[in-house]
Amino acid sequence: MKKKIRITLNGNVVSPEVPAHRLLLDLLRDEIGLTGTKEGCGTGDCGACTVLLDGKPVNSCLVLSGELDGADIVTIEGLQIGRELHPIQQAFIQDGGAQCGYCTPGMLMMSKALLDENPNPTEEEIRFALAGNLCRCTGYAKIVKAVQDAAMELRTRHTARQ
Amino acid sequence: MRRPEALEIFQPASVKEACQIIRKNGPGGHFLAGGTDLVIAIKEKGLAPRYVVDLKRIPSLSGIGENPDGSLTIGALTTLREVEISPLIRKKYPFLAQSAAEVGSIQIRNRATIGGNMANATPSADVAPSLLVLDTKAKISCDGEERVVTLEDFFVGPGKTVMKQDEILTELIIPPTPAGLRGEYMKFSPREMMDLAYVGVAVALALETKTKKCQHVRIALGAVSPTPMRARKAEAILLNQVLAEEIAERAGEEASSECKPISDVRSSAEYRREMVRVNTKRALLNAGLGSEPISWLERRDKRY
Repeated sequence: MKKKIRITLNGNVVSPEVPAHRLLLDLLRDEIGLTGTKEGCGTGDCGACTVLLDGKPVNSCLVLSGELDGADIVTIEGLQIGRELHPIQQAFIQDGGAQCGYCTPGMLMMSKALLDENPNPTEEEIRFALAGNLCRCTGYAKIVKAVQDAAMELRTRHTARQ
Repeated sequence: MRRPEALEIFQPASVKEACQIIRKNGPGGHFLAGGTDLVIAIKEKGLAPRYVVDLKRIPSLSGIGENPDGSLTIGALTTLREVEISPLIRKKYPFLAQSAAEVGSIQIRNRATIGGNMANATPSADVAPSLLVLDTKAKISCDGEERVVTLEDFFVGPGKTVMKQDEILTELIIPPTPAGLRGEYMKFSPREMMDLAYVGVAVALALETKTKKCQHVRIALGAVSPTPMRARKAEAILLNQVLAEEIAERAGEEASSECKPISDVRSSAEYRREMVRVNTKRALLNAGLGSEPISWLERRDKRY
């Protein structure tokens, strides 16, 4: 059953006609061609498919396209600021917060959601927020460090603007 | 991973309209709340709905409110994350907010709804024991008609509730509670996060000001019977008694003998019973201390 939906995707309004049963994850990857969002477990346990839906992090593998009319969606492709990488992306590169890279888009989106809500999280708060994002390479220490460094950078920029 | 098959999706604007869609279209339809159980059932358990009725566009179903008599109303479509961070719930019933925070990840809790979680009727649902110790009632609606049942009676068996096919859980109502009520929810699972409860224990106590005797006692257990359950015999042991280690121990033993656990992939029935005994005692003693809401690291330390 096809359904016409109107969504804001990474800041642009688009009106695709989608099968109602198509998962948001598949809509992004297979129909729109944004393959940055990854499928890990497919059951909401690993967080690799995390995107922001109306500003909130969700597992895109558990959302049906037919639910989305009016939604505002931000994927990893929308994280970059202009031509520059987002400070969270830069921090992950600088600190070695990625190894194989498969969990990284989800980690970055979840970290963005955390820092939007809490610009100065403790290590405990970072670990709590990232509990639903599994990484089998890094052991998490460098990811936590990257989020802390990104938070500091974002706070510095925020202060500089004031 | 299996993909959902073609289906039609309806997005009604009212409860009445939602019921009518189910009545008109007949079998093969499912109500859709957050989808964190339904979509997984489609992917993993072979569920193949012909159509789904998305309840998220019904404005009256969301939100948390306090009524003049002190009761709380939680709309069924309120997400578990909203319950977790609600200032009102954190202030009045911090253990309820904490039990919501025990479910899955933030990503899951941003979608999963408290009503969907109850309607799914999983025996291990973390929020259920906390709601049971608050004497929560469930409001069920269909086509303009409403009925209210206790949450205890709402659950019938694993995945089964008293609701008929065309009925919708619209609201959870927490009646006014005694002044000074203190509670605790203890989830027992080997992983700190992203795991189901092997055993869940919630308690709520109100103490008499002068004598410190328990005037009001509620104990509820998750994951140890076909439905989340009250442990009434254990409650009776504490009623009108002063809470102390020895009597908390006895209440734990009673709860352990009145629960009806099964052995499964997570744990044996014997182990669950033992963990009910230990965690009921700990939950009672922690609640007796009347501690303020604490971080998850401290909670973890209190578990063991």
